[in-house]
Amino acid sequence: MKNLNVLKHEMVPEHTIMSDEEVHELLARYGIELKQLPKVLVTDPACKEISARKDNVIKIKRRSLTADEAISYRLVIDTKMG
Amino acid sequence: MDLQETIKALKLPLNVKNDLFAELSPLQLSDDEIDEILETTKKVYERSRVEPCEAVGTIAAQSIGEPGTQMTMRTFHYAGVADINVTLGLPRLIEIVDARKVPDTPMMTIYLDVESATDRDKALQLAWEIEGTHVSDIADILADTDEMQIYLEFDDRALQQRKVDLDAVVTKLETLQDVDVRVDGSNIVLIPSVKRYRALLQIVEKAKAMVVKGIDDIKRVVVRKEREEYVLYTEGSSLKKVMVLEHIDATRTKTNNINEMAEVFGIEAARNSIIEEAMDTLREQGLTVDVRHIMLVADMMTLDGEVKQIGRHGIAGEKTSVLSRAAFEVTVNHLLDAAIRGETDELVGVTENVIVGQPILLGTGDVRLIARTGRE
Repeated sequence: MKNLNVLKHEMVPEHTIMSDEEVHELLARYGIELKQLPKVLVTDPACKEISARKDNVIKIKRRSLTADEAISYRLVIDTKMG
Repeated sequence: MDLQETIKALKLPLNVKNDLFAELSPLQLSDDEIDEILETTKKVYERSRVEPCEAVGTIAAQSIGEPGTQMTMRTFHYAGVADINVTLGLPRLIEIVDARKVPDTPMMTIYLDVESATDRDKALQLAWEIEGTHVSDIADILADTDEMQIYLEFDDRALQQRKVDLDAVVTKLETLQDVDVRVDGSNIVLIPSVKRYRALLQIVEKAKAMVVKGIDDIKRVVVRKEREEYVLYTEGSSLKKVMVLEHIDATRTKTNNINEMAEVFGIEAARNSIIEEAMDTLREQGLTVDVRHIMLVADMMTLDGEVKQIGRHGIAGEKTSVLSRAAFEVTVNHLLDAAIRGETDELVGVTENVIVGQPILLGTGDVRLIARTGRE
């Protein structure tokens, strides 16, 4: 048995937790509210790996097929959306 | 300023920037010339971008739907060397967008770690370790209705090949209820405590299905050499159990079951999996669909942190507009439920405005002019 680090898998992009200032800047840049961001569950394996907590915003650096690199954001939520 | 720095500061996608640098750096150009090239590139890039307010969803639906009409309806094919059966064509595409919990033909692709990847023996050993071995694979099961006993005659060759230990089989069989297990040389005799015909047959069935080695859900494993390394393909999928095994490459091993990818690797991996599986399905049918459409579908399906289907139980069912939902499927139910709840339709979307016969709020319909009267 060995420990599995999901972040090392080639299909899992880089996940990082954003600081409050970064989140603030992000929301201001797009003129949106926090809840308008795409979501990710706290129970998500990648979330667990970086020990993200509810209401954190995760910055995801995707390897894009059209632009080589694309940044995306997800808000950590604890339950499914109604 | 340095060329690399100048390019890096541009608001362009990374691959465009890389291309620019690769093309421009060997040329000896003046600053003015470089500026002109960069300006033109930016202009062309901006013109090629999708317009704000464009109905990208509708375009994606049509761009996937039309090639979809050319896909094969009911085909089963074999992956690589005529071996593992996988659903392809339209049924597979439907399966992907429906986010089925378990696909028709689950399949894993298992890569081995660096030290074992080129070793045929290790690959085969791992294959036997993973493949679910049932009692019926290694033994002939005979039910004696006179004596009310079951005889298991083991095949020594199968035992050796699959490296199954007879003692382990005995231990497994002992977990059967109301059965006495007796070992007789290389054979095993099962004596049920209840001497009834039905009970005897039930025990035969249970014994047959018992997994003595490997992973239950994996029916078959095929070892293939791809370029320099050995790759394992499995019929049936159980990613969780495979990922913890030794000698597998945990950075590349994957399954075609999108929900399983989400469960083991997270929502972002599921998104990538949707894109990859959908593109592969279309490509295999000789169809070219721009990846952007598939990316939009994948983005929508993974928006809420879990894999949702494109359908009335997923994205289409969550629309705010009553009329839009009713236009999709099960019209009467949606209208009835909305009436009971007293819902209001704000008529902001495309579908609902088409229904009521108003201009849609897109393109030229999006512009509203108000004439100012009186002043000047």
